[in-house]
Formats: sequence, C-alpha cells, structure tokens
Amino acid sequence: MSSFWLLLTIFVLACFIGYFVVKGVSPALHSPLMSVSNAISGIIIIGAILIAGKQETDLAKLFGLFAVFLASVNIFGGFAISQRMLRMFKKKTKTEGKKS
Amino acid sequence: MTSYISAAYLASVILFILSIRGLAHPATARHGNILGFIGISLAVLATFFMPEVHDYFWTFFMILTGGCLSLFFAFRVKMTSLPQMIAAFNGLGGLASVFIAGAEILSDTPTKFESSLGLIIGAIAFSGSVIAFAKLQGLISPKAFVFRGQQILNLLLALGIISSCSLFLLSGDIKYFYILSLLSLIIGFLVTLPIGGADMPVIISVLNAYSGWAAVSIGFSLNNILLIIVGTIVGGSGTFLSHAMTKAMNRSLLNVILGGFGLKDQKQATANEQTAQTATPQDAAFLMENANKVIIVPGYGMAVAQAQHILKEMAEDLQKLYGVEVKFAIHPVAGRMPGHMNVLLAEANIPYEDVYELEQINREFSTADVAYVIGANDITNPLARTDSSSPIFGMPILEVEKAKTVFFVKRSLGSGYAGVENPLFFAPNTLMLYGDAKDVTEQIVENLEHK
Repeated sequence: MSSFWLLLTIFVLACFIGYFVVKGVSPALHSPLMSVSNAISGIIIIGAILIAGKQETDLAKLFGLFAVFLASVNIFGGFAISQRMLRMFKKKTKTEGKKS
Repeated sequence: MTSYISAAYLASVILFILSIRGLAHPATARHGNILGFIGISLAVLATFFMPEVHDYFWTFFMILTGGCLSLFFAFRVKMTSLPQMIAAFNGLGGLASVFIAGAEILSDTPTKFESSLGLIIGAIAFSGSVIAFAKLQGLISPKAFVFRGQQILNLLLALGIISSCSLFLLSGDIKYFYILSLLSLIIGFLVTLPIGGADMPVIISVLNAYSGWAAVSIGFSLNNILLIIVGTIVGGSGTFLSHAMTKAMNRSLLNVILGGFGLKDQKQATANEQTAQTATPQDAAFLMENANKVIIVPGYGMAVAQAQHILKEMAEDLQKLYGVEVKFAIHPVAGRMPGHMNVLLAEANIPYEDVYELEQINREFSTADVAYVIGANDITNPLARTDSSSPIFGMPILEVEKAKTVFFVKRSLGSGYAGVENPLFFAPNTLMLYGDAKDVTEQIVENLEHK
C-alpha cells in the first residue's frame, strides 16, 4: 500500500472514530467540547516544531518558529479556558438547590 | 528511537480520544480536559526526539512565551468574554497552519497540493475568527453586514482561489501561492461579515471545524499520522456541532453563510398593532410562589444582563421557601456559542440535574404552571410550527405557550433576531415583564423573600 493510501485509510477510519466519540458528548457540554477540541487542534505545533527544528536558518525556519508560538497560544489558552469552564460544572452538593 | 516516538504518538492519540469521551458527562469532563493536555504534551515531547529536529532553544522559547501570554489572558478574562476568547484562540491556530503551509512550500521538496489546501482552510479559519472575535467583542456591529453584489464578489473570489491554486500547482511559481494566501484571507473576512449575532453558534462551530481540517491537510503534507487523526477528530467535532446548530434552526449551512437572515421581514413585523398584557414583578412573584412547577427559559438576553446569579436565587427561593419544582429549559442555539446557556447556568452554581435540553423538557410545559422566559424570543415563537411563510418555519421551539401562564422578561415588544413578530406576546396567557432581565428578576426575588 502506498503511503498516500495508508494515510487516506487512517483518515477515513479517524472520521468514524471522531463521529462516534463526539456523538456521545452531552449537549450541556457543547461549549467545553468546542474549547477542548480547539485546544487539541493546537496539535499542529508538531508540524511547526519539525520545521522550526531544522539546522539552517532561513525564512521557512522563522515561519516555523512563529507557528510554534501561535500554536502554543492556542494550546495553553484553549486548555486553560476549558478548565475554567469545566470547573463550574463540578458536581454540586446535593443539599444545595434541591429542597432540603 | 523512531519506534518510541511512534509509541508516544499512539499513546497521545488514545489520550485525545479519551479526552473527548470524558465530555460525555459533566462528572468526568474535567479529567477529559487534563487527558487532552497530557496527550498534547506527550506528542510535543516525542517530536523533539525526531531526527529532523536539531534546534531546541528557540522552539522552547516560543512555546514558553506563547504559553505564558495565553495563560495570562485565559485566566484574567471574564467569563462573559468566553465566546470571543474561543474565537481568538481558534483564529491563532488557523494562522499557525498558514505559516506551516508557507514554510513547507519554501522547502526543497514541497507537497504543493496538501500545503495549498492547508493554507486555504487555515487562512479562512484565521480571518473568519478575526471577524467573529470583533463581532462578539463589540468592536464591529454584531448585525448582519450585507451589501450589494456581495455574493457575486464571493463567487469571484472563490474562482480566483481555484485558479490561483491550479496555476500554482501547475507552474510551481511561488507568486501564485502568495496570491492564494491573500484571496483566502479576504474570503474568510467576507464570508463571516454577513453573519449576524444569533447565528454565531453556527459560525463558531464551522471555524472550529476548519482549524481541524487544516491540521489534517498539514498532516497529509508532512506525512504525519498524528496530525491526520487528531485533526480529523477536531474537524469532525466542529462539523458535528455546526450540523447540530443548523438543525436546531431548521436552516442549511449555506443559508447561514449567505447571511442577511430576517432582514427582509422587519417591515411586516412592525405593522401589526396589538396590545400585550403587562404584569409587575409582584404579580410574577405571587403567581410563581403559588405554582407547583416553574420552567425557566433563558436566552441571550440573560447573558447580556448577567442575570444568571439572581436567577439562581429566584429558583432557590422558589424551591426552598415555597416547595415549587423548578426546571431550566435550554434551546440548542440560545446564546452565542453551542452550549452557552449551560455554561452560564453552571457559573451561577445551578445544578446540572435541573437543566434540561429541548427534547427532554418540551412535553413538560403542558404540566407547568409558569414558564419564565428571560431574554429569549425566537426560540419560543409558535409561528415556527404554524406559519410556513415565516423565515423560522420548521425550527424546533420550546413550547412555552402550553404552560398555564407565560412570563416574558424583555426590554421592549420588539421582534427577535429573525425579525419575526412573536404572536405569543399577545396570547391571553402571556404577561410581559418589561425591563432589564436582571432588575426584573431582582425585584421578583425581593418579593419572594419579604412576605
């Protein structure tokens, strides 16, 4: 199997996994889902590191370094905001709110 | 060494899947977020051991500055600014793919097609998010911005993108790549501009999906399996959310993107003159404390007035002092991002067990004594079921009119975002409470407590 077909197979399988995993997310948590997946999309930092890590210094390397910066803003910011949001969804003590 | 890296990548893929899986329930959601962070850290660490990576210092430096800067903003920003923060971070992720695609093109053996695709999607994600951010932050008018010939211009731009992309693929001349970048950025701006405030949940989800699909393209271009899998999960999640949002409005994605929703119907909407019955907060308090069951329907107006905390007090007073059953009903597109109302109610410490989605609660309105609609309009409009000429026809609504009494907390009798008059305002069982959502609810709470 050529490399392209291998990658395409993986892509299609990932589509199915993604669909079933996301489908299970509670509608109440759609905002955190967006913000967590947004943080995870920062995974492109991998591509940026590969480019930024090369030996010779040229325009491409500078592009790579800048992309590392942007992606890490995306990652840290995304996870921090999700954590702040999800902290609010903490299980409330049952005595509160319901009649007691 | 490479097998260790592959093992680490595999582990991080599993962590990402478990991370999203954790969001299935509020109780496990925080673990999910932490798993996601571990996954990305593991992947980054493993990448540093790749044979291609020779230089570490500046990369570390960039991660550190980027991380500190964003943590500073992420922890300082107010909870009300969440939607625009998400848009901002999303945009930066898109811009990162633009630069990666650019760097890939500059390399000796570029994968032109995949990189161009990554560039186009990333650029649209970036410029679209910039507009979404500006609208949510109030830097530009959140209203739909439509001008003559807009769709023709967009079509021309799309043709320009296709032709400059083909020219670049055929000739390899980098000049066309720069033109392609420019056109993609412009089309991202233009496509987001005509999208009005209430359509924000859709467009934010779409932009979220784009940043994932951009990562997939970059993955194909760099032959990186991890990027492909994770990008697909993100892209799929955004696509799923946009589908859920458009379904909740009974509109197609194309219809949302073409924009200008409701602009035409405004004249007709203001022509009708009927009188609505008004009530005072005292009346509302009296009716609710004698009720058996009250269902509260929050909308964007609650978010604007920051009324969720006082709303919690009202719910608690009703439950504790008067033994009333109180439930919250949430429409999928209420607010400015998917699940916006849930986050606000959670912020006010309202137990998520009391918060119900549209399908779960709709049949309960007929057994409710009071429906308390606070800052919502279109999502309760019965015309969506009865009037096939209405722009909101077919949109699933919260059937508040089935409750014995309906209270609408609103600033004025004006029509909602869709520009459609809500006949419910003039229904015999509807009472209007005019004023700011927070002020009105505060007065009700006072009346509930001092008796």
